[in-house]
Amino acid sequence: MSFLSWITFLPLIGAILILFVPKEKTSQHRFIAVAFSLLSFLISIAIFSAFDSSNSGMQFVEKVAWIPSFGIHYFVGIDGLSYPLLVLTTLLSLLSIIASFNIENRVKEYFFWFLLLETGMLGVFVSLDLFLFYLFWEIMLVPMYFLIGIWGGPQKEYAAIKFFLYTLFGSIFLLIAILALYFRADPHTFDLIQLLQQNYQFVGRFQTIVFLLLFIGFAIKVPIFPFHTWLPLAHVEAPTAVSVILAGVLLKLGTYGLMRVSFPLLPQASLWFAVPMLLLAFVNIIYGAFCAMAQTDMKKMVAYSSINHMGYCLLGMAAFTLTGFHGAVLQMLNHGIITGSLFLLVGVLYDRAHTRDINVFGGLGSRLPLYAGIMTIACMASLGLPGLAGFISEFLCFLGAFSAPNPEKIFWGLPTFKLFTALSAIGILVTTAFFLRMIQKVFLGPFNTKWQDLKDMNFRELVAVVPLTVLTILVGIWPNWLFSLMDSTLNTLVNLVQGPR
Amino acid sequence: MTEHSYLILILPILSALAIFFFGRWLPWKGALVGLCSIGATLLYSLALFFNVLSQPGFYQEISYPWFQFGLYQMEIGILIDGLTALMLVVVTLVSFLVHLYSLGYMRGDPRFKRYYAYLSFFTFSMLFLVVSNNFLQIFIGWELVGVASYLLIGFWFEKESASNAGRKAFITTKVGDMGFFVGIMTLFATLGTLNFRMVEGRITEGLLSPQICGIIALLLFCGAIGKSAQAPLHIWLPDAMEGPTPVSALIHAATMVAAGVYMVARIYFIFQYGAFSLEVVAWIGAITAFIAATMALVATDIKRVLAFSTVSQLGYMILAMGVGGRTAGMFHLTTHAFFKALLFLCAGSVIHAAHTNDIQKMGGLSRKMTWTFGSFTAAWLAISGIWPLAGFYSKDAILEQSLISGHNFLFAVALFVAFLTAFYMTRLYLLVFITEPRDTKTFDHAHESPGTMVVPLLILAVLSIVGGFLLEHPVHQLLHMEGSISGGRPQTHEIPHWIVPVISSLAAVLGILLSYAMYYKRLVSAEKISQGFPKIYRTLCMKYGFDEFYIACFVKPADRCAAFLARFDTNVLDRLGVDGVAWIADLLSKIHDWFDTVIVDRAVDIWGDLSLKSGGFLRKFQTGLVQNYIFLLVFGLGLLVFWRLL
Repeated sequence: MSFLSWITFLPLIGAILILFVPKEKTSQHRFIAVAFSLLSFLISIAIFSAFDSSNSGMQFVEKVAWIPSFGIHYFVGIDGLSYPLLVLTTLLSLLSIIASFNIENRVKEYFFWFLLLETGMLGVFVSLDLFLFYLFWEIMLVPMYFLIGIWGGPQKEYAAIKFFLYTLFGSIFLLIAILALYFRADPHTFDLIQLLQQNYQFVGRFQTIVFLLLFIGFAIKVPIFPFHTWLPLAHVEAPTAVSVILAGVLLKLGTYGLMRVSFPLLPQASLWFAVPMLLLAFVNIIYGAFCAMAQTDMKKMVAYSSINHMGYCLLGMAAFTLTGFHGAVLQMLNHGIITGSLFLLVGVLYDRAHTRDINVFGGLGSRLPLYAGIMTIACMASLGLPGLAGFISEFLCFLGAFSAPNPEKIFWGLPTFKLFTALSAIGILVTTAFFLRMIQKVFLGPFNTKWQDLKDMNFRELVAVVPLTVLTILVGIWPNWLFSLMDSTLNTLVNLVQGPR
Repeated sequence: MTEHSYLILILPILSALAIFFFGRWLPWKGALVGLCSIGATLLYSLALFFNVLSQPGFYQEISYPWFQFGLYQMEIGILIDGLTALMLVVVTLVSFLVHLYSLGYMRGDPRFKRYYAYLSFFTFSMLFLVVSNNFLQIFIGWELVGVASYLLIGFWFEKESASNAGRKAFITTKVGDMGFFVGIMTLFATLGTLNFRMVEGRITEGLLSPQICGIIALLLFCGAIGKSAQAPLHIWLPDAMEGPTPVSALIHAATMVAAGVYMVARIYFIFQYGAFSLEVVAWIGAITAFIAATMALVATDIKRVLAFSTVSQLGYMILAMGVGGRTAGMFHLTTHAFFKALLFLCAGSVIHAAHTNDIQKMGGLSRKMTWTFGSFTAAWLAISGIWPLAGFYSKDAILEQSLISGHNFLFAVALFVAFLTAFYMTRLYLLVFITEPRDTKTFDHAHESPGTMVVPLLILAVLSIVGGFLLEHPVHQLLHMEGSISGGRPQTHEIPHWIVPVISSLAAVLGILLSYAMYYKRLVSAEKISQGFPKIYRTLCMKYGFDEFYIACFVKPADRCAAFLARFDTNVLDRLGVDGVAWIADLLSKIHDWFDTVIVDRAVDIWGDLSLKSGGFLRKFQTGLVQNYIFLLVFGLGLLVFWRLL
């Protein structure tokens, strides 16, 4: 087995191991969960030394025939696009497992599902065979369904079933598209690399239709307006750690899918869809920001802000420039880090106060200085403050979209891309407004004596959150190591879509 | 000398981090660290200043690669030239004095340590902005000073008004920053670089049309409108006075709010190339100077008077930029930093002593606070523009420039503002220090402030007195000798040298005398005047209704829009759309179920029934009796025969 298989399946091994531990020994379950996700995380870090960032192709490739009669392979590998996301997944999984130590109810099952979920997510990022890709894509849904449905909030069953059905609905489109690609390619294959070499066979209306099918499948995951309504509900009902995974990793699967499958396989259709994607990004940004501003539930606010942030990501992708792609991929990572920490932090407060309504707090800044400080950093990063991670990626997304070579014009000859990118800046303003309002209502103002007994963050919570805070600052100050990791892969991708210039 | 210029950035940020994380264990809770590091930065800046001054045309750029994406590279740079050298000294000097002053002012505050960390952080951000050699870096510094300002305005965040003011400042300046942001994107999209030098080079090559260049300049200027509190985004600065007074002196008088002016001076070449933008700049400056000065006439809070005065003076600087007086604007920025910081620190000293901000409760404090009184006098004369104090020189330079460039109307406005400035500053001076005490409790309680607070006052007082004629020549030398385009548009209007100083002095003296007559001699009653023009008085007290207008036209609609969209999202998209589809699916499944049970299954059942029933019926013929069978056989045969015979 190669490194990638170890990374992917170690959590699964852990999950199976947990099944053999008696139900009462909860500390052992926790230990196994942490140990295996930690191991997976460590290996994913360790392969960095062997990762060649100047190579734009796939690395650590492993290819084994699985169902040869249908040309299905167990085929895994990573490149500059998937490697950062892989590490993000292992990191967030580890931290959210630590953060869910306070789960007391049905611990064994909880960690079993969690580890299974991790394997599913990692599998999507490493698989290079569309069949395998789809398999992992679907496997993920089951643990997610149970995690929300059993350990969630008051409306958990409704949220879980909605999430499951909605994403399954998207998967159908994905499946049809994958089969269409399989049958159109000659020879028939699910192999992404081979499909890529044969993408000249996908022409005309076929390309457009398949792109649309894939787009719907991925758009539901991102989520792109108007397919986003499962998200706020799922976030509000899901337990903290699951929200972190949901926002931090699951949403990225959509954008990753677009960049991994749609763009390289269907370049002309992608370019043709650039302007619709720009408009959708614009709607996501503005709509998400305004919806977030109206929320009084902190978790729902952060959930809607995710829609806004994924809008930035889509904006960078719609540009089809290297700048925009860099911004988009970095935005995926940053959103995972920042929103992950925001969800963890909201969870910390919820555990203590059993409410997330921003109107009932006030003046907590003097009572919980540590919590207030970390939360303020996370909010500031989320609203795009320079020096923190969010700024660089938002800046590049905007910059990329603004300098996109797209010749489309609208309204008396104004360049469409420039106009809508400039208008999207309003989203930043609204984001600033609602995050500052949240900070003010929760931390500033006179102290609400009702919360006299609130305690500051404990050690376990700090262990879960502080690594993300540190990363937020680190990426904000020195993003170059990430760019150098992705540069050659994204360069190849841009050239592939735009055609050689 | 300049090879270690990175120290300018390193020292303040290190001290900020050290104080923030380890302040508890450091001497004076870390204040000493801040003081030393800013002091060292000040010394270094002074050395740099004299070094640059001795080498006309000095220009040095050190650039560190920051991050790279594809063909492009972003950098963090340190650009040292005359403009930077001047600004560095201003920032570090005021910052150092404020650090010193705050030792006394903030003593005993429960968050003393955090205060010093924020101060150092602010200084770092400001210096980061000042030394930047590219647009991205200046934007980053720009936002960071905004955050420092937010944190320090809301420093006493338990007060509702303080946390509101912080938020207001952040969002209002952010509005301007969005223009700045779009401007930067436009520059990058058209020129492919953000480095000042390279942008300048490409513009001189003619890669941009003057129209585009002017539009870019105005977009960038939006940032300055926000940060330098120009109309129509000036509304945040008066509220920002909720912060501790030394902070007001540092951030909201001397340095951060002047960043807009500095930015315009730094990228002046863009404005010059798209010349129509300068016209807009000049008008915005003049309008701001005027409305702020009029608002200062009626304010009764000592800090608010000073805040309005700051806005007005910033308008002056922007006006100078607009009429081609880059040097004049920067010169005024420098002298203003001295006397306005001094005014604020004096106000802090007064507030410290009197425990009130209301000037109607003060009076007669000159007897109690000699040093503060003396320093305030210097600052008062300086800002009023009395020869030979600092304000006189710089204000004259601006007035002269607007006349030379042919902006006669703007000159008249500026002159009137100079008159108003002298008037309201004298009013403040008289009401606080000279007139009889109006509130005995406040008066009895008042006392001179401790030494750490008085020393900075004296230093700034000296600078306010001599800063003008000492710096006039060096500033010209620093800013004019640069290799780049300078000076401004052709100076077409020749005027005699003596005319502007005489007119401006007259205006200042007139303002002072009028105020003296009204507030000391009481020859004319201020109340009567305000009652004579109730509408104007109310408009001024309401600050022209800007706040109300924004709340009614932007804040409320945005909130309503948000509430509407959120409702739309849950009710229409989710309930009606998604759940609707689910409901339809559910309905369909029920119809199917009905169809299945009622139609399909019934059909099956009917067949079953039919066969059962027919079986039951037919069974009756299966009697098993041979007689019956034979009977039927014969009967059938009979029927057949019968049918055949017919």
